[in-house]
Amino acid sequence: MGYKTIKGNLNPGLYFMQGDEALAEGAIAAGCRFFAGYPITPASEIMLHIVKRFPEVRGKFIQMEDELASIAAVIGASWTGVKAMTATSGPGFSLMMENIGHAVATETPCLIADIQRVGPGTGQATRVGAGDIMQAKWGSHGDYQIIALSPWSVQEMYDLAIRGFNLAERFRVPVILLGDATVGHLWESVEVKGELRVFDREKAPGRPPFDTPEEDGVPPMPSLGDGENLIVSGSTHDGYGFKKVGDGAVNEKLVNRLSKKILNHTDEIWEIDGHFLDDAEAVMISYGFVARSALRAAHELRGEGRRVGLLRLKTLWPFPEKAVREVSERCGKLLVPEMNLGQIVREVERVACSARVGGLNQTDGEPIFPQKIVNAMKRLLS
Amino acid sequence: MNVKYFPFMRPERYPHRLCPGCGHGIIQGAVIRAMSELEIPPKDIVLVAGIGCAGNITNMYIKADTFHVTHGRPLAFATGIKIANPRLNILVISGDGDLASIGGNHLIHAARRNIDFTVVCANNSVYGTTGGQLAATTPLGAITATTPKGNEEPPFDLCALVMGAGGSYVARSSVAQPQNLIKTIRKAFLHKGFAFIDVLSICPVQFGRRNNLRTPAEMIKDLRKNSIPMEKASALPKEDLRGKFVIGEFCADLERTWSGYLQG
Repeated sequence: MGYKTIKGNLNPGLYFMQGDEALAEGAIAAGCRFFAGYPITPASEIMLHIVKRFPEVRGKFIQMEDELASIAAVIGASWTGVKAMTATSGPGFSLMMENIGHAVATETPCLIADIQRVGPGTGQATRVGAGDIMQAKWGSHGDYQIIALSPWSVQEMYDLAIRGFNLAERFRVPVILLGDATVGHLWESVEVKGELRVFDREKAPGRPPFDTPEEDGVPPMPSLGDGENLIVSGSTHDGYGFKKVGDGAVNEKLVNRLSKKILNHTDEIWEIDGHFLDDAEAVMISYGFVARSALRAAHELRGEGRRVGLLRLKTLWPFPEKAVREVSERCGKLLVPEMNLGQIVREVERVACSARVGGLNQTDGEPIFPQKIVNAMKRLLS
Repeated sequence: MNVKYFPFMRPERYPHRLCPGCGHGIIQGAVIRAMSELEIPPKDIVLVAGIGCAGNITNMYIKADTFHVTHGRPLAFATGIKIANPRLNILVISGDGDLASIGGNHLIHAARRNIDFTVVCANNSVYGTTGGQLAATTPLGAITATTPKGNEEPPFDLCALVMGAGGSYVARSSVAQPQNLIKTIRKAFLHKGFAFIDVLSICPVQFGRRNNLRTPAEMIKDLRKNSIPMEKASALPKEDLRGKFVIGEFCADLERTWSGYLQG
């Protein structure tokens, strides 16, 4: 168990795919064999592609009665030892929040794709937004850490689905793939490799499934039906799952371990992508589809002789503080373009306290175009 | 309890957390007895429970895999488990608040799919854990913490609801008839489709004391008095059945089974 290299189930080569399809293919490549979902724009194509492809890989699919049920079924399925996922958009993501907390508390690996659209409320179902960034981190009640990834291309919908499953299984945590309507519906080439690295969860019969003496903090995970008489509970529990709802020390220990198993491994989790950073005087910090506009803006500004760079965050949660802090210490001007009224900018402000940080925000259901970013950068530089 | 049932129990965990006189202990005893008579190895059984007093029937006491989930969602979790691993036998034990109120949508859809699991609804007609509030199963006129002048809403007939939704085995039993209860659970468990048992239970602490039923014994007697076997009930005029509980098998379509899903 642990990481191993396997052969992919698609022939290696270039494929022309839609973002949502690529996400589904990446999940299948990573070993996902259970999907429960509920229709929602703009994420339904993930489910449709799963329905088409699962018979070929002997996966199990069910369309549930709502999103609460979808994530519940995914958590149940994951405990039978199968890699499981669901996909949704804002309103469905909101409905999933309580059970995402259950998955955190029971340390259940699963992947949740949130293909963001414009909110709040029903908002604009067919148009793009990135308003769920903070919800992905803070949406369920209580203290916890979660992992969230942000793809900027169809290629990354594929790659980050694989990585998302690996991180979920490695750390026994729900992983949220924060795509958006533009990346979800985009058609692009995807390079599929012949081999890929996947992580399969560790089993260790007899060992406590909810605690570990090891520094790593991630206990082995048995399955239902293994004969271990498991007690899986969202209530505060000890290492063997026995409820300890009146013992504050047990909760303190559990909650701290659940957080630390993520925060102590940020070097394994953080993934960033830098462009023109070496001599940059001002840097754009961006993620998701908008980072493509930011890269275009960087090229244009460089063409005019302005020393600007781009730091792209592929991991959004836990927030990649180290990279942001380093950049902010080297150059004092940061711009955070995002398709919301300012969510990741708050994290950047928190981390880059010595820098001048500006936001560029747009919630009109369109991606932010490069020219708007160019203009904002010029204002920041002047 | 007889030591022969110990392989299905965690005896070191007793005494249990239920209040003195709670009917749910009788349900727990009936489930353990039914399990021990089934000759299904406990490792092939998964018990799924939700939140509330009924969650304490399985959790920590019965020796099998137990899954304690969010309020109202046990049937949705169980659906994922069963589809992902059809070899597992699923027994959902949860309360009326969990199954019929906050999780009512999952109840009708699990029944509609006729998915193969057994659901024991520990129905005490009140929210016990949170202090005796009105439930969707509280009888008309009953006093609860949130209906101090008496309940004005008609309760669900859960058996009619599940039958209407497509469940293939539907029965009602009660903690006043433990032998019938064991037999019913066993039969439901062996059925290969959606099996639902509405088990009338008693809550002396939160329901009885507000409704002139001050002791567990009074509650059991009252339950027995108000329970009418199905055969007798069919001969009675409708008005005689008002406020009564019809006990029996309403639907036992044992031929109608769940065959899993074709996908994969």
